[in-house]
Amino acid sequence: MQDLKEIQTKIYPPMVEGDHTFGTVSDKIGDLALKKRTPFLWYVGFGISFLVLQLLMMSVTTLVAKGIGIWGNNQPVGWAFDIINFVWWIGIGHAGTLISAILLLLNQKWRTSINRFAEAMTLFAVACAAMFPLLHTGRPWLAAYWLFPIPNSMGIWPQFRSPLIWDVFAVSTYATISLLFWYVGLIPDFATLRDRAKNKFFKFIYAVLSWGWRGSARHWHRYEIAYLLLAGISTPLVLSVHSIVSFDFAVSQLPGWHATIFPPYFVAGAIFAGFAMVLILCIPLRVWFNMKDMITNTHLVYMGKVMLATGLIVVYGYAMEAYFAWYSASLYEWFMMKNRMFGGPYWWSYWLLIICNGASIQLLWFKRFRESPFWLFIISIVVSIGMWLERFVIIVTSLNRDFLPSSWAMYSPTVWDWSMFIGTIGLFFTLLFLFVRFLPIISIFEVRTLLPDANVHGHHQDFEENVVQVEETYDRTDPPNN
Amino acid sequence: MDVKLYGLMAEFDTPTELVDAANKVREAGYTKTDAFSPFPLHEMDEALGIKRSILPVLVFFGGIAGMCLGIGLQVFVHYIDYPLNVGGRPFLSWPSFVPPTFELTILLAGFTAVFGMLFLNGLPSPYHPVFNVPRFALASREKFFLLIEAADPNYDQDETREFLRSLNAQEVFDVEE
Repeated sequence: MQDLKEIQTKIYPPMVEGDHTFGTVSDKIGDLALKKRTPFLWYVGFGISFLVLQLLMMSVTTLVAKGIGIWGNNQPVGWAFDIINFVWWIGIGHAGTLISAILLLLNQKWRTSINRFAEAMTLFAVACAAMFPLLHTGRPWLAAYWLFPIPNSMGIWPQFRSPLIWDVFAVSTYATISLLFWYVGLIPDFATLRDRAKNKFFKFIYAVLSWGWRGSARHWHRYEIAYLLLAGISTPLVLSVHSIVSFDFAVSQLPGWHATIFPPYFVAGAIFAGFAMVLILCIPLRVWFNMKDMITNTHLVYMGKVMLATGLIVVYGYAMEAYFAWYSASLYEWFMMKNRMFGGPYWWSYWLLIICNGASIQLLWFKRFRESPFWLFIISIVVSIGMWLERFVIIVTSLNRDFLPSSWAMYSPTVWDWSMFIGTIGLFFTLLFLFVRFLPIISIFEVRTLLPDANVHGHHQDFEENVVQVEETYDRTDPPNN
Repeated sequence: MDVKLYGLMAEFDTPTELVDAANKVREAGYTKTDAFSPFPLHEMDEALGIKRSILPVLVFFGGIAGMCLGIGLQVFVHYIDYPLNVGGRPFLSWPSFVPPTFELTILLAGFTAVFGMLFLNGLPSPYHPVFNVPRFALASREKFFLLIEAADPNYDQDETREFLRSLNAQEVFDVEE
């Protein structure tokens, strides 16, 4: 008997540890949002993030007042920090959708404790990402004419043959669908908070947000269909978004950008970076909020494994980029690659990238590192830096040495480039701190379904019931040796 | 004097009890019934005889509408309203119209899924009689409830109450209109 139970926990480690009931999980997660006293550390974290956010406000104000000349962009490096940061942020968002949609379709129950804040992370990352192309237009108040299908005063429409306009459609759809997905997931939890809140004001707010949800079986039936359909359409969506982002580069003719490997390699890179960010966020979160019983070590190990797998795909992408450049026998392609790796002025960024994204994740092959939250945290930070460097390498090393040596120029970011990038990190964390204070950071109703009590007995057979049946059979028959 | 009742509601501790009770309620011929649980229970669809929702069909047509919108918009812009020669490409360069069309398909399908679900569920509904039962606040937390509406043809105040009691219910409540 004992053996069977042990085998069971080995194959299916419990996703919620400790003696939880429906009530205690509801209280534990719900109370984080409802409790009166805000922890002191929250004020510290929010305060710092909010200060950094002011840096963004200042940068944006200066940018709008003076124009994008305050950035280091030049000819030929016309795209620099704005697109690097855009791609970096939007990539981070992808892990949220992967966790909420693709892992749902694959019936991976471990997604349940991390999907809510991973989705929130997606939304905030997309918000940060969207700022860059918008502000890169220089006059964001006019950007509607350039981005959305609105004809200008000459009757000319935006150009649908351009990947930049595809990007607008991809990112705005992605932001909208992610918001809907997140909100639909929150509706039953808002109802829980509504029924539990003591403060009249918050009770009212949660009641409005829950749309009067009452947990009716008919409602759940349609709810689950809608949720599954959203997951089903989000899956191709998330793959399309980073593919289209990669088209911004791949559709152009520039050596270093014009490669068919870009879409899959960008998508893998996005998920890689996203999981790194999820780990960066959830490792401290589970300690501060005492959530180790819901975000277990098993979750961290699984995320580490996803990071290793997607990281290896990314490394394969780097290898193929170099191989294509050589095999193409194109003078410009091969020059670009040599310039990027050895001779060029930014050669250091390439090797730093290989160390961050290629070498560091090799530690994840070892159980010791994979199972240590400390090392996972360190590796995730290194990977986040590496993924930023990847976009730097792709964009700057390809642009600064293009076809004509007479147009070569060096690129260096200005203080405004940096302040805007750091400022968006402030925005991201400000939103995140607000989220962890006022909304349930883990999906309460989905965690309830993970509890053993949630199984309806005698209707469907999962492993646990098989164990019970085997036990019963075994008890009834004589042991074979007697 | 009797207060006008919306129906009777029984409370259960576990999902298994709720599903078993719902099966018996259906077998007894009640049709205007509903169950409330803090998380989705797939077994309830069968137990209450819930028909498969029309939502997937709506979402399909939502997606088709998005696709038509995408193709229509781009064909109108680049072929009808303002044909513009870009690098000698044909005006109807359809491969480059695929990404926006795809995104609009997803967008409208997603809107249909979410707002269709809310609409079919009759949400938002700021008021519902079930909220008049104070214990019902636990339906979003840990308890399971089964409701038989007074509008049910088989409904009889006392008989139905006795019947619900016989199903191992913790308690049976009157739901006021």
